[in-house]
Amino acid sequence: MDAPVRIQTPLSEHGVMQLKMGDRVLLNGTIFTARDAAHKRLIELIHQGKDLPFDLRGNIIYYVGPAPPKPGMALGSAGPTSSYRMDPYTPALLDRGLKGMIGKGQRGPEVVHSMQTNRAVYFAATGGAGALLSMAIKASQTIAYEDLGPEAIRRLTVVDLPVIVVNDCHGNDLYTIGRRQFEITA
Amino acid sequence: MAIREIDTALITRTVKQLCIEATTVLNPDVLEAYAQGLAQEVSPQGKDVFKQLIDNARIARQESISLCQDAGMAVVFIEIGQDVHFAGLDLTAAVNEGVRQGYADGFLRPSTLDPISRENYGDNTPAIVHLDMGPGNQVRIHVLPKGFGGENMSRVVLFHPGAGLEGVREFVINRVREAGANPCPPVIVGVGIGGNFEKCALIAKKSLLRPVGQRHPDAVIAKLEQEFLRDINRTGIGPQGLGGRITALAVHIETYPTHIGSLPVAVNLQCHSHRCKSAVL
Ligand code: SF4
Repeated sequence: MDAPVRIQTPLSEHGVMQLKMGDRVLLNGTIFTARDAAHKRLIELIHQGKDLPFDLRGNIIYYVGPAPPKPGMALGSAGPTSSYRMDPYTPALLDRGLKGMIGKGQRGPEVVHSMQTNRAVYFAATGGAGALLSMAIKASQTIAYEDLGPEAIRRLTVVDLPVIVVNDCHGNDLYTIGRRQFEITA
Repeated sequence: MAIREIDTALITRTVKQLCIEATTVLNPDVLEAYAQGLAQEVSPQGKDVFKQLIDNARIARQESISLCQDAGMAVVFIEIGQDVHFAGLDLTAAVNEGVRQGYADGFLRPSTLDPISRENYGDNTPAIVHLDMGPGNQVRIHVLPKGFGGENMSRVVLFHPGAGLEGVREFVINRVREAGANPCPPVIVGVGIGGNFEKCALIAKKSLLRPVGQRHPDAVIAKLEQEFLRDINRTGIGPQGLGGRITALAVHIETYPTHIGSLPVAVNLQCHSHRCKSAVL
């Protein structure tokens, strides 16, 4: 396994094309949080032709509903939630310039296809390693939907957030290929 | 035996304490399962995951922060000796008060909401409370904060008897296979065989109270546990579904007598973040 590569957000199209399935990445810069309820509202805004609370272009959404911070911390425990629940909303966001997503678990075929045509990447962070991942989050600001509590949209500043490329924009999927590689048949 | 009176304020304090401990400090059996998993895993990305889990457990304990952002719904099993009398708040209210205080003071995420309006209650109540009566004058409390990555991937099926053990095996393995990375493998697979619709689900969940990897005392069931574990670990799913040999840390099976016309089976998946603490009063 190669050493992890450091990447700065936002992501450029060129940057996305360099990323390959299985690459370990340390993310740096700004990312945004959103889960099911926030996604639903973003899609409603798109349907109404209204502006979104943040510019999707080049940006990364982290599927996380963090724990509240203890005093002195930017955010509490903050690991990924299952991504499949965001699948119905995702292609519309990718069409509007979203370049990356961080979650856990396999994406549906429409999302994978949309990632190829829009040149975007899907990272996994280690599910259940919320305490470890929270150490990489240096600042957090709620920018929309405060009423959703843990599901509000937050702008996070991260330093060396450890993730791995599951779906690159060339159509490769680590969940499928990794499983096949280690499966024991007969 | 004389009736022993227990003030339910003690239940509240105990549940509060167990919620905080369970969500921040893993039990030695879980840590031992990680260490063995790291030693046995052959995939580099799988080994990397185990290292992160070990680091995560250390950070959560040192900083007293939630191991996972999903501190779950608080599943509380209470075994009550029948010579106990409770005074004060009613028992369920006392448990919920303990959950409310524990989740607030522990900086744990409130995840419960109204299923229709989807409005978050903000305090992670109510708990899911299971009461059992037995002999004696003690009260045993188990707190299992259960995340929903694993719950969402869990299933109940009522087979016809002809499906047999082969049907059960196939169902269990396929459940883990289809769940993939969603329940945060390496998982602990709780299996309930027998009973009826709700009983098989309940015993599947109860099987998770056993120390990780402790075999069932019945040799026939223990053998099934080993075989299911072997088969699950041949799927290649691996830690976090990234490919590897350690997809499950353990399979725990519980059984209950069932009806001539049915073969109920439940699979309750538990993530690697197996948080469980107990106390005896
Ligand atoms: S499945 Fe478990 S470890 Fe994974 S996010 Fe949910 S609670 Fe956390």
